[in-house]
This record gives sequence, C-alpha cells and structure tokens, in this order.
Amino acid sequence: MRIGVITFPGSLDERDAQRAIRIAGAEPVALWHGEHDLHGVDALVLPGGFSYGDYLRAGAIASVSPIMAEVIDAANAGMPVLGICNGFQMLTEAHLLPGGLIRNDHGLFIRRDQALRVENTDTAWSRGFELNDEIVIPLKNGEGGFIASEDELDRLEGEGRVVFRYLGVNPNGSLRDIAGITNERGNVVGLMPHPEHAVEPGFGPDTSRAMRSGTDGLTLFTSAIQALQAV
Amino acid sequence: MPTIVVEVMPKAELLDPQGKAVAGALARLGKTEFSGVRIGKRFELTVDGEITDAVRADVEKIADEILSNSVIEDVVAITYPEAE
Repeated sequence: MRIGVITFPGSLDERDAQRAIRIAGAEPVALWHGEHDLHGVDALVLPGGFSYGDYLRAGAIASVSPIMAEVIDAANAGMPVLGICNGFQMLTEAHLLPGGLIRNDHGLFIRRDQALRVENTDTAWSRGFELNDEIVIPLKNGEGGFIASEDELDRLEGEGRVVFRYLGVNPNGSLRDIAGITNERGNVVGLMPHPEHAVEPGFGPDTSRAMRSGTDGLTLFTSAIQALQAV
Repeated sequence: MPTIVVEVMPKAELLDPQGKAVAGALARLGKTEFSGVRIGKRFELTVDGEITDAVRADVEKIADEILSNSVIEDVVAITYPEAE
C-alpha cells in the first residue's frame, strides 16, 4: 500500500504525514507539486503548512499547481485523498470540497489539543472510528474558520458529510463547529486539525493516562489502508 | 503599458477579522466617527499590448476563478484604462 504526500513550496508537515503513514503500516511516497505524476500511489495526503505564504488566499496558489490536475482526476475516480489544514484549504480552492476557510474570527493564530466528535464513519479516512467517538488531536492555524452558504451547510448536515466537529469552545469561528467534511463519495476528506501529529506515544496530545500519549490521529491513516484493502 | 485593476472584497455578510482589528485600533485612537472597516484586495494587471476583447474575457475569467473565491469573496470592480 503506497500513500503519496505532496510537498508544495511552504509545506511544513509533509515529513510528519509520511511518518504517520509508515507507523500506520503503509509506504509513504514523497510527491512534488511541480510534476504531473502521482507515481502510481494508492492514496494521497495534502499536508499542512503555509504554501506560497498563504498569498492570495490560503491554499489558492497551490490549488492550481501542476500536480493538482492529476489529484483532481484521481479524486474524481475515487482515490482516497486527505487534506490536512493547508491541504484542506487547497481541496476547497480546487472545488473538491465545498465551502471555504477564512481567518479565525478572533484574529489570532491558535494552537491547542482539540477535542473532536467523529460523525461519519463511512469515509475512506474515518471508517476505523466508532460513530460519535470523541478524539483529541492538535489544531494549529490562523485561517481555520469554515464557512459555506446556509444551503450548503444544510446539505452537508443532511447528507451526513460533516466528518469531524469541534467539541467545547469553537476555536476559530467555524460555522456549526465544523472541523472536517467529506465529498459525496466519501473518498475525499479535509480537516483543519492535524491527525499526523497524534500517531506515536510520547509525541501526541496529553491524555488522562499519560502526557503526550494521544494517538487518535493514527486511525485516519489506518482507515485509508483498510479502505484500500476492501477494494 | 495599460493596467487593468481588479478589486475583490470579502462577502458583506461575512465577518472580516482584519477589518474588525483595524476598526478596534481606530476606536482606541479616539476616531469614534468610523463605525466599521472592511479590507479587500486590489490587483493591478499589466497588459503586454492592447486590451482586446479576448483580454477582457480572460480578465473576467481569472478574476472569478483565481483572483477571488466566490464562496468567501466578491469581485466588486474590474476597471480598464480609458481608451486613448
């Protein structure tokens, strides 16, 4: 099982994503934004960071990178695609996911261990969770406010396409506390929090058991491997 | 060389945190006559050659598809240099 991680100019978390994929049991494949080649991978991760310095709009310039033509074709053909933070912003800019991400309503960058509720366990990236599981993974962004029209929000809710929802105080003004969504088919998922930073004991969020022991993020990656094996 | 100006604003119904921060700073400076500030973007596109109908069509397309994101922003003006 080979999962590609695309590096864009200004990506920050591609190595963590590669490591998460390896720990989950798949082979990470480093991909480059300037190529028109997915190197035959089975799934894709668009990592976090600040591609092109968030110029124009977060994720906007990266969303028209050469490799995005192949990403869009692969996503439309059913390949599992995960966008994390800046990757989520790219997926909305590329119209693979609806809505948009704007500056946090309080105007500040926020970094904290974030509690989420899993509300859809049918996607390629969440099938390993139980419905309504409460998980904790790190959140770190300046432009994480999810917005969409009321009609679009109603459609997302009605079709069960909200995958992750913020618990507790809304960290960034996201409408309806939405942290992550999926496309109609369930193969493309985007979320603002960072599952790749919660995959290894000693380096994750604190839990009631021990400091930095949280590994809830790993399930996103093992879910994709399960989804690929089920095909 | 002729320059085409494209202006983009965050949608009126959306919170504009940048504008809100500036409005807060103005209030702290005692400039209480201003009740709000909104911040948008101005793009100046320099054209190599004449502005033909094809160039105008292209500008309108990139204004909608690249320079703005219709989910969060509106293109409020596209201004062409006056014909000579």
